[in-house]
Amino acid sequence: MVIRWLIKPKMYQDSVKLMKLSAELRKQDGVKQASVIMATEMNKSTLQDIGMLVPEVAAANADDLAIIVAVDTEEQAQKAVELAEKLLNRAEVQQGETKQQFPKTLRSAVEALPGANLALISVPGTYAAAEALKALNLGLNVHLFSDNVTLEDEVRLKQIGTKKGLLVMGPDCGTAIIDGVPLAFANVVARGKIGIVGASGTGIQEATVLIERLGGGISHAIGTGGRDLLDEVGGQMMLLGIDLLEDDPATEVILLISKPAGPRTANKILDRVKQCKKPVVVNLLKGDLNAIQSAGVVGAATIEDAAYKAVALANGEEAVAMPENYWGDYSKQIAMLESQLGPNQRYIRGLFTGGTLADEAMVILSDIVGDIFSNIPLKPELKLPSARKSHKHTIVDLGDDEFTRGRPHPMIDPLPRNERLMQEYADPEVGVILCDVVTGYGSHADPAGELARAVARARDAYPSNNPAVIAFVCGTEADPQPLSEQVKVLEKEGIFVLPSNAEAARAAGRIIKLHESRRV
Amino acid sequence: MTLSRDLINGPVKVVNVGLESFAHDLTSLGVANIHVEWRPPANGDPHLVRLLALIEENIDVINTANQKAINRLLEAQPKLIDIKLAGEVIPGFERNMILHSGPPITWSKMCGPMRGAVIGALIYEGLADNAEQAEKLAASGEIKFAPCHEYSAVGPMSGIISASMPVFVVENETAGNRAYSNFNEGLGKVLRFGANSPEIIERLRWIRDVLAPALRNAILACGGVDLKTLTAKALQMGDECHNRNLAATSLLTRTLMPALVKTCPPNKLEEVASFLAKNDHFYLNISMAACKAILDAAHGIPGSTLVTAMARNGVEFGIRVSGLGNEWFTAPAPYVKGLYFPGYNDEDANPDLGDSAITETCGLGGFAMAAAPAIVQFVGGTPQDALNYTLEMYNITLTSNPAYTIPNLGFRPTPTGIDVLKVVETGINPIINTGIAHREAGVGQIGAGLVRAPMECFVAALHRLAETIS
Repeated sequence: MVIRWLIKPKMYQDSVKLMKLSAELRKQDGVKQASVIMATEMNKSTLQDIGMLVPEVAAANADDLAIIVAVDTEEQAQKAVELAEKLLNRAEVQQGETKQQFPKTLRSAVEALPGANLALISVPGTYAAAEALKALNLGLNVHLFSDNVTLEDEVRLKQIGTKKGLLVMGPDCGTAIIDGVPLAFANVVARGKIGIVGASGTGIQEATVLIERLGGGISHAIGTGGRDLLDEVGGQMMLLGIDLLEDDPATEVILLISKPAGPRTANKILDRVKQCKKPVVVNLLKGDLNAIQSAGVVGAATIEDAAYKAVALANGEEAVAMPENYWGDYSKQIAMLESQLGPNQRYIRGLFTGGTLADEAMVILSDIVGDIFSNIPLKPELKLPSARKSHKHTIVDLGDDEFTRGRPHPMIDPLPRNERLMQEYADPEVGVILCDVVTGYGSHADPAGELARAVARARDAYPSNNPAVIAFVCGTEADPQPLSEQVKVLEKEGIFVLPSNAEAARAAGRIIKLHESRRV
Repeated sequence: MTLSRDLINGPVKVVNVGLESFAHDLTSLGVANIHVEWRPPANGDPHLVRLLALIEENIDVINTANQKAINRLLEAQPKLIDIKLAGEVIPGFERNMILHSGPPITWSKMCGPMRGAVIGALIYEGLADNAEQAEKLAASGEIKFAPCHEYSAVGPMSGIISASMPVFVVENETAGNRAYSNFNEGLGKVLRFGANSPEIIERLRWIRDVLAPALRNAILACGGVDLKTLTAKALQMGDECHNRNLAATSLLTRTLMPALVKTCPPNKLEEVASFLAKNDHFYLNISMAACKAILDAAHGIPGSTLVTAMARNGVEFGIRVSGLGNEWFTAPAPYVKGLYFPGYNDEDANPDLGDSAITETCGLGGFAMAAAPAIVQFVGGTPQDALNYTLEMYNITLTSNPAYTIPNLGFRPTPTGIDVLKVVETGINPIINTGIAHREAGVGQIGAGLVRAPMECFVAALHRLAETIS
């Protein structure tokens, strides 16, 4: 074994740097032992202990640096000492990774953002309730976007929220607009006098968009999650939402949107609405309009009608039903599209990314063309045996759990609808394909482009089929995907674009009705 | 319902947990928000997730208790007031007692360095003439072994304290409680690493007979030394007051020197001054006693999830929790990752050892690593890594200590007060800067580096908290 050394007089180096350097030397081939040290008495005694204290190092001073290596061969010794010198002279330019440090928990986030007042939670359902509980305990209002939260957990969270005076929007709350801030999936709409409490995501989106288009504006839109009006939950958040909007100086008209409520809860809500100091419009999709109206409350059969009435009330006018042809007379386009249909093209296929939009379309269409089959049917007997296969008039909600398990929602990833569109286009009995295009925050960057390209591919694949393709855009000019551009993309592909979901559904129904009458 | 009302009156300030795109959207709209780098709590362990949820139901009780603990911690004013012999000053100390570091351990299970130190202490006390006799005595059952921590004391490495060893007396002036620690003998072959040869015993006697009285007189003449201020200054000067005590030792020496010159016998002054000048770690034991005095004040508050001690005996790592009395929660002591002195490697190392992790428990050491970029190379790290370690620790502490600030983080207070719940929830193990002892008695320190406190200790404590709280 060879021991080699080199002394560098009066060269101070930090001991930690030297330990690190020694460790690097020890990794070299043939190196049995290596020490780069300041020649202090203590270091010299350590060298002594391992039999490496040569007289020259022993004679060195504490401010001298010593390199000592024990190696197999002369050549390796040479190399090791050279490496040591090189490492000593190497400028320490090595940079640590500067990673942005995000807080790891809700609690540390609250410490880092003083004044935080809302938690937007979208973690997997199994963990979501626990995070929501933490948020409530930290005094935060909660927007719980996550789904797959148990009903039991929802009830408990809302009880705690009610007790603490905190909102629990959700679970499965897709949309909210609070003080002008769009949360999760939401459109950028004008501020105004109308406050919304809604148990459906795209329902709220459509309502806010239409209110803006009708010249109104939104104070707040509070989502409650789809189960809030079940009797188990008892409409806790709808009631809290009404309280908030009733006391909010910015809100002059309140609009409630919901799927049918549990009987006890429906009564509770209607009782509350009757006491409300501000005018309230109620839209219970699939619900009993008569019950609402007989309670002396302004009811609306569709989201569109509800938006129309709310804007009227906000303008100090009477809430009357939306007139026919309010948006314009589309008879010409309808006749033209119908004229291109073959004799067997008799069915409507609605491919929706928004569940409430699908509901609204079914409510409207079943009045015009009769039974509509669906994976979320209006009546149980209309349930599709397989959601993946249409039957007669069919409207599917592609955002339903069955389609989204393990994959992103079709509002984010349009692939499932693109595929389904091809499937429907191939069917020679399909006369109308009806689609929603939902823009805004959270949605795909170019949903219209995706739909237009899918239609173009289908036309190429089945040139002899020529169903009418009808769409509407739930969006505004201020959205990240501006409305006018989205409409232009669709129209360029020959898609018939209408101003609202309800109008699009009506147009689809009218085409099929017209076609039926001409076949007879 | 004032709270939801506050929300709709705006401005909305959002904590985003989950999809990062939601946070990006808010940022693009100019809405104040913060994104949480969320992972399933407790690494997704369903049983622990349930336990955490169960405890969350009682969080108000815990928060109240923790607030009390935090107040006591932050308000503590540790002051070095005296030096006395352990047997005279530590309450409950007995003649045949030997205190050791870490959780309780019996002679038969002690690691090499601790056994070596016990032998040295018995010889020093005159209870044995040589190692053989000492071992026999230690094994006889006549010697009562107990953790330093259970006697308001702390000691680095083996942490051995026997009756006639001088100890620093640190008083927390706010609560009036006291903490004690032994003297730092320097580096190399020293008792705390298990060395017990005659020159070691000789040095201990010199510490007792010369150094301790001289320092005691100086301390008394100064009216004590305010350790909170001294520690704060040292942090500004590049110490983290666990693995690096260069600045603190210098400050202490500078503080005591004028009095020392007056009170120390002239023929001993040079010896005393040289000893201090050569020992960069002299302040370590005082730093530890200060931390102990602070944390003991926060101990024993029912419902509090604050960790009040992390300590290792070279076999087991143990923690104590404010709301859980004197119970220890233990796991096998891990090995330290770090750099070795010449001639040593992993095979020579003893598992983690010593009470010095009391500094991390109090927000110093690894938790204040950002203050001491000079020592991050122990883990092959860069100054940025030092910042990252400290930033990571904010996720598991209950508070931060405005008395101790870190220049490199814009004078942000150090993360302080480890929370059992946060440790388990985040899966982030507390980081500890520490020395590495040779596994055989007497060889001494062979390196230094970083170690993480084992998660099992915190999980065990969480189980007990769940039992006591719900």
